[in-house]
Amino acid sequence: MFSVTFAIIIPFIIAALVPFIYRRFKLLHIGWFVMLVPITLFLMLARLIPSVASGKTYIHTYNWIPSLNINFTTYLDGLSMILGLLITGVGSLVILYSIYYLSTKESLQHFYCYLLLFMGAMLGVVFSDNLMVLYVFWELTSVSSFLLIAFWNHRKASRLGAQKAMLITVSGGIAMLVGFIMLHTMSDTFSIREIIANVGDLTEHALFIPTMILVLLGAFTKSAQFPFHIWLPDAMEAPTPVSAYLHSATMVKAGIYLVARFTPVFGGDQLWFWVVSGVGMITLFWGSFNAVRQTDLKALLAYSTISQLGLIMSLLGLGSIALQYGYSEESIIYTQATFAALFHLINHSTFKGALFMVVGILDHELGTRDIRRLGGLMTFMPFTFTVGVIGSLSMAGLPLFNGFLSKEMFFAATVQIMNADVFSLQSLGIIFPIIAWIASVFTFVYCMIIIFKTFLGPVQPEKLDKPLHEAPVGMLISPIILSVFVVGIFFFPNLLGGYILKPSMESIYPTFGDPANLTPSIHAWHGIKPELLMTIGVVLVGALLYRLLKKWKPVYGLLSSRYTLNAYYNNFLSFAESKSTNVTNKYMTGLLRDYLVYIYLFFILTVGGFFFYSGAFSISFSMDVRIRAYEVILVGVMAVAAVAMLFSKSRMTATLLNGVLGYSIAIFFVIFRAPDLALTQLVVESITTALFLLAFSHLPDWKKERVPSKTKITNAVISVGTGAVVVLVALAVLNYDRFETISAFFENAYELAGGANIVNAILGDFRGFDTMLEVVVLFIAGLGVYTMIKLRAKKGDENIENK
Amino acid sequence: METLIILLIGILVAVATYLILSRNIIRVILGTAVLSHAVHLLILTLGGLKTGNVPLLTEADAPYTDALPQALILTAIVISFAVTAFILVLAYRAYQDNGTDDLDALRGTNDE
Repeated sequence: MFSVTFAIIIPFIIAALVPFIYRRFKLLHIGWFVMLVPITLFLMLARLIPSVASGKTYIHTYNWIPSLNINFTTYLDGLSMILGLLITGVGSLVILYSIYYLSTKESLQHFYCYLLLFMGAMLGVVFSDNLMVLYVFWELTSVSSFLLIAFWNHRKASRLGAQKAMLITVSGGIAMLVGFIMLHTMSDTFSIREIIANVGDLTEHALFIPTMILVLLGAFTKSAQFPFHIWLPDAMEAPTPVSAYLHSATMVKAGIYLVARFTPVFGGDQLWFWVVSGVGMITLFWGSFNAVRQTDLKALLAYSTISQLGLIMSLLGLGSIALQYGYSEESIIYTQATFAALFHLINHSTFKGALFMVVGILDHELGTRDIRRLGGLMTFMPFTFTVGVIGSLSMAGLPLFNGFLSKEMFFAATVQIMNADVFSLQSLGIIFPIIAWIASVFTFVYCMIIIFKTFLGPVQPEKLDKPLHEAPVGMLISPIILSVFVVGIFFFPNLLGGYILKPSMESIYPTFGDPANLTPSIHAWHGIKPELLMTIGVVLVGALLYRLLKKWKPVYGLLSSRYTLNAYYNNFLSFAESKSTNVTNKYMTGLLRDYLVYIYLFFILTVGGFFFYSGAFSISFSMDVRIRAYEVILVGVMAVAAVAMLFSKSRMTATLLNGVLGYSIAIFFVIFRAPDLALTQLVVESITTALFLLAFSHLPDWKKERVPSKTKITNAVISVGTGAVVVLVALAVLNYDRFETISAFFENAYELAGGANIVNAILGDFRGFDTMLEVVVLFIAGLGVYTMIKLRAKKGDENIENK
Repeated sequence: METLIILLIGILVAVATYLILSRNIIRVILGTAVLSHAVHLLILTLGGLKTGNVPLLTEADAPYTDALPQALILTAIVISFAVTAFILVLAYRAYQDNGTDDLDALRGTNDE
């Protein structure tokens, strides 16, 4: 029986094996072997499509940390099925493509190891039911994305892009983690299914809104929503297969997935509706607006991806309004937005994946992806051209391609939302179709740029480093397969709707009953409706704007580069770096004394402070035994010897005073009925004193310390404070009698260990391991002493440490 | 008695701390030696003083004093001896190689 858990773990196992296999088989490109993984997983998942379509879900739990409600629960339903198929399906195609894209001279074992790591993590995100497990995989996708963006790590732009992506997505991830913990506080479970089942108890909770915002922060950073989108264009420094896979088809969809997954929890709330659809709309517009100005095709596609992600996000926001109404004949119409979101999610992966691969081909075969150097490639690269046109026209939302269907549904949803009578939509609802339409016009313009500036127009061979030629067949297979999907979905959309989209509607609207009611029949032609008129308007105005591009392009010059989000990000980064360097240099002085001062201050403040606030200080003399006169004398001797050490002028005096302390303690051991201690102490103290004296013959005399009196006073205050805290804590502990002493156990030493001396029995038997390791410590210290005396750099050798 | 010993421990700790905060490496090592004396006394005192006979089963009758702190201290004495010996040699080598026993002068370079 196929378990989904298996699907998550396999990529990780293979990722671990890749370096070894790579070393063994040099002849064949390792990608062929790696490609088997997503293909296998895709087929395994695809076999489950019919049963998932009929409403079956698969759940499997491994108990991991049950005491904390953290279990490794995998859950396969309609929604995770969509993402799972995308991850494995697009993954297979991308790996096939990468085999031809990356030559064997690159460090392929790293590349495929990271790629598999990502694949496993991404499958983990979509199949995990437990929030904590989901979070771990979520961050793992950020980490593997970081590694893949920085794959060509000799390039500074790659490293900076990777850092930016990492910083933004991980910060969002941490916000999301806090949100998850709040969810646990509210619902007492980490299971998403259980949270959804008991969602009624959550909405009134005080943490409901903060939780929502935090979870959305995670989703928005991951899915490159405005204003966090700035990492995605920089992430394009990654090799193109990575951009096609992570940064357009899968990882950036994780945020979309999260929003869709949490729609049953938060959907129906006014804030959720406005934030998700509002941010989505802004992102949609801003991405498409900025895409037009790009001259690098990959950057153009990056902004276009941002824009399309915004489109899907806003659709999810629009669709969440249905939960406000609850299930009824009238509210079904609003769920169509969500349906369109999922539909477009799939469509976008197909056409954008194909487009990225096309751009990769241009980059790989011609050495550039700058549209100012390209042009007229149609005749030289007919297959690449065909795929590029199919992808672009689908993205522009023109008929014969799947983008048209989902774009029409998107327009329909924005028009429909004006009819809603909640969330003050009667007055504000009009902005949705307007923004959607404007953004679509820009989308149309940049799609035309891709087609006309790259493939049509004059050829500029003099600006290219390599001769014009068609790409190798291997590189064309994947984009052609994707473009077949682009066209195929247009003609048979309801196949997708019935098998893939229907069950996921049930995941998002669990309370709405039979998902068949929520699954519309998708038609390319549905009469003269507002959405069709909007599409015609987009084509007309878009074509006009494209013709007049030179006239209005100076508009972009108005945006000062000093006030862009990127500038803010860079300023913030350099500010934080310089500040933290300053602060660190302030306290990391390299002086032993300073570090010790921190330790002592920390001790005084936390330990003393804790005892003070918890009222644990207690002083009582009731437990004391009677004092004898000679004991007082001994204490006096020790106190005087100790204080005298501070004022001793020579190191000899100080060492002898230390000896006085040691021998006095030995006498105390005798008084306190500890003969073993007394013996050991006497021996050790003698050797220690001898050692000190031995060391002195090699060390310089004590010079008078030239220390400012301010430092001396600080030192004295800290010393007295430390002593005082120790005294107070010791007195408090002395009077603490809540626990029975465990020493009675050791008094059976003779029966248990066959020893009459209890101390010896403890050392040699009860805690024998401890003593053994103590011997090891002594041995290591001895080795250290020996080495340091004997080992020295040979004459003429360079000093190794300063190298 | 216990209170008196604890006060003594306080004095020892304060002295040790002051020595450790010094700039001279020998004073720092002496400080650690004094600190370990103080801790040994502390462990013994907190176990209760003179609560019974010597913990030798064949030599004396019950009640015995608490043997567990004694075992711990025995370990601690030996370990602190090892550490003292080690840092003494470290100080010796540091002086040999760098020509100073002043910790301020021994600090690492700023531009690592």
